[in-house]
Amino acid sequence: MKLTVEGLNSHYGPAHILFDIGFEVGEGEVVALLGRNGAGKSTTFRSIVGLVAQRTGRIMFEGKDVSLRPTHEIVREGLGYVPEERRIFTDLTVEENLEVGRQPKRPNAPHWTREKLFALFPNLGEMKNRPGGRMSGGEQQMLTIARTLMGNPSLVMLDEPSEGLSPKIVEQMVDAILTMKKEGVSIVVSEQNLHFARLISDRAYIIERGRVCFGGTMAELDARPDIRDAHLSL
Amino acid sequence: MAFYVVQFLTGLASAASLFLVASGLSIIFGVTRIVNFAHGAFYMIGAYIAFTLTERLSGAFGFWGSIVLAAIAVALIGVLVEMVLLRRIYHAPELFQLLATFGLTLMVEDLVVLIWGPDDLVGRRAPGFRGAIDFFGQNIPSYDLFLIGLSPVVLGILWLLFQRTRWGVLVRAATQDRDMVAALGVNQKWLFTSVFAVGVFLAALGGALQIPRDAVHHAMDLRIIVEVFVVVVIGGLGSIVGAFVAAVLVSELNAFGILIFPKISIILVFLVMAVVLIVRPWGLFGKPEAPARKTPGLTVNPWRPLTSNERLAALAALVIAATLPLFAGNYLLTVGSEIAIFVIFAVSLHFLMSVGGLASFGHAAYFGLGAYGVAFLAKMAGLPMIVCLLLGPLLGCMGAAVFGFFAVQLSGVYFAMLTLAFAQIVWSIAFQWVSVTGGDNGILGVWPEKWAASPSNFYWLALGVAALVTVALRAMVFSPFGYALRATRDSLLRTEAIGINAKRIQWTAFVIAGTTAGIGGALFAYLKGSVFPDNLGISLSVDALVMVLLGGVETVSGAVIGAIVYKALNIWLVSQTDLSKLVLGGFIMLIVVVFPKGIVGMLEMLAQRRKKASPPGSPLLAKPIESAE
Repeated sequence: MKLTVEGLNSHYGPAHILFDIGFEVGEGEVVALLGRNGAGKSTTFRSIVGLVAQRTGRIMFEGKDVSLRPTHEIVREGLGYVPEERRIFTDLTVEENLEVGRQPKRPNAPHWTREKLFALFPNLGEMKNRPGGRMSGGEQQMLTIARTLMGNPSLVMLDEPSEGLSPKIVEQMVDAILTMKKEGVSIVVSEQNLHFARLISDRAYIIERGRVCFGGTMAELDARPDIRDAHLSL
Repeated sequence: MAFYVVQFLTGLASAASLFLVASGLSIIFGVTRIVNFAHGAFYMIGAYIAFTLTERLSGAFGFWGSIVLAAIAVALIGVLVEMVLLRRIYHAPELFQLLATFGLTLMVEDLVVLIWGPDDLVGRRAPGFRGAIDFFGQNIPSYDLFLIGLSPVVLGILWLLFQRTRWGVLVRAATQDRDMVAALGVNQKWLFTSVFAVGVFLAALGGALQIPRDAVHHAMDLRIIVEVFVVVVIGGLGSIVGAFVAAVLVSELNAFGILIFPKISIILVFLVMAVVLIVRPWGLFGKPEAPARKTPGLTVNPWRPLTSNERLAALAALVIAATLPLFAGNYLLTVGSEIAIFVIFAVSLHFLMSVGGLASFGHAAYFGLGAYGVAFLAKMAGLPMIVCLLLGPLLGCMGAAVFGFFAVQLSGVYFAMLTLAFAQIVWSIAFQWVSVTGGDNGILGVWPEKWAASPSNFYWLALGVAALVTVALRAMVFSPFGYALRATRDSLLRTEAIGINAKRIQWTAFVIAGTTAGIGGALFAYLKGSVFPDNLGISLSVDALVMVLLGGVETVSGAVIGAIVYKALNIWLVSQTDLSKLVLGGFIMLIVVVFPKGIVGMLEMLAQRRKKASPPGSPLLAKPIESAE
């Protein structure tokens, strides 16, 4: 297994947010975490990457236990994270944003260069010196993904990559994710949009109120419309 | 004409050190969000170490080598400080960070005297820049010209460092979003440490470069830090260009202010700062900040009025305190009066800081103004004591009304820096305007009238006023005004959204707190029989902060306990050791790091724990200090 999460519990202050979250991602697989707004998808990602201080549980990445490691060490192991709301460095140019994400080559992951990323996201190549704050939402979303890929991750967690984007940009996003998959990057993607998830994912988990309440292939999910309708707003 | 040009150049030369220190402060703040109060201390150590090295190492290389070596040495000290102290408080509220670094400053002041002695040290001249250049009959020291050339060079180097290196890109990214930088695999810890080292290096370099111009002495830290705060408030915290422009502006205002108002040159700087704050509260080159982090207000226990039993207990405590004259001698009664006065002072700051969420670093200004008010009325107008006591605090009230108006336009660290700068301005006026205030000699012979002259009568007076003030302010906490004030503390935006004029509420609170402090100051003038500029000094302001902190910032009544314990300890400490600043500084850092909830906060926590019998390792105990982000 590429990534195994077991018994993940997280708190914000006195509030208990995640309850025994568990899921797995295989080598080269694309896994979707589905759920409504506020279900706990983003907190799951933030907890895995060490950005939530109060968390317990076991997180195995490539056979290593990274549960208690600081954020930057987890990321340097090759576990890339693309946050929701993009979190572009608005004062930095496109190239500088990419520079922040740059990490050394990794033997078991594709090596991304600026040129390769500009080929994947042609828009970015045309605005290398534009400050991040003066880009459209879609361009920013591409830049966050490109920025994380500069770290040559072997697995990427994408938090709601289609959120607030126009259908045309969403199409580009699907292409980009499929390219990443073809290059051999394992992907976990959180989504509210089942159609988007279906286009890219091999398997899916549904998270509701901080608990995993379904896990299976996309075909298995389609065979259970009751679950789908109960937990996802379509 | 030539004279004015020379004056202008002198101003530019002074700007060099100011720019170096201010840019260092700005860089550190940008990334770590800590306003490093100890920056002045690093500047001072830089000067002292450079002094020693230039005495030991000879020749031209020896001098310049010493300057650089001194800055590097201090930067290493800075790294140590960052790793040992700051790493523990990055997530603490701003107030704790300011206090901890202030504690460090206090320790450095005593250490410097221990190592280098109390006398001013006059450093060597810079080789190659010993002479002066004749400019139409006026002399310009050639070293000044060197400094004038240096600051743009440093500005350029910093620009290249931040725009053209990977380190610079990472620093700028971290300035905007620290967590995201970590989530891209960058080790924040070392980034922070390196940023701190660079910032401290700049401060120390600024200090080291001063030695051919100025004597090295152990009070240079506070002088520079106040100017630096003014510079960053004008220029905008976090902006290096802003630091440069504002450093030049402030230095020129100082240079020409002496010509216009020879006695109170600092007035000019104050006026400019006031204008900038009205037009651009975030400084000339700064950016508007998102609403500031919550200051102390992360209240675990909701505040409630005292129960009737607790009221009786408080009354009993007061009665017991009132029996002190029955068995105590005159010395103890004088100490008792002083403690009562400091209870008034601490309670007034607590009202502003814990209830209003406005941590003032210059609250002594209003205490001192109250004292001066009494002294003016008693000595110049010859009014009777009761009238003086009633009218004297009005000077504190007026000071608070004027300064408070500007201060509440800002929040968080800006508020703290601005209140400190205001207090220092008042101090300078008291110090420089000798014809009115007596300057350093103060105003003597402010003695109470016969009815209050005996130590026991004065003690009862002070105790009575302290009790009245405490009850009044406490009642205000639970009044509609108090609710509104607490609302502005907890969320300024939401308060505005329900139709409360938040700035007006905060300003009112500032004036109330200032007037109350003035009442304490008025009594203090009579207790001591004299008034000095120290009554408005920074150390007194910090005393008040420590009292509130020691008692517990998050409690309603902590300030009273904090004032009693702290003042008693302080009086005892000063009688025991010459190194009271060293001990006090260490003490402040200890409370901030280990004991951030204060005495009353701890007691409340224990009481609550017993009531709930919560399981071991409850989150209350598990996390030392965290902001409510």
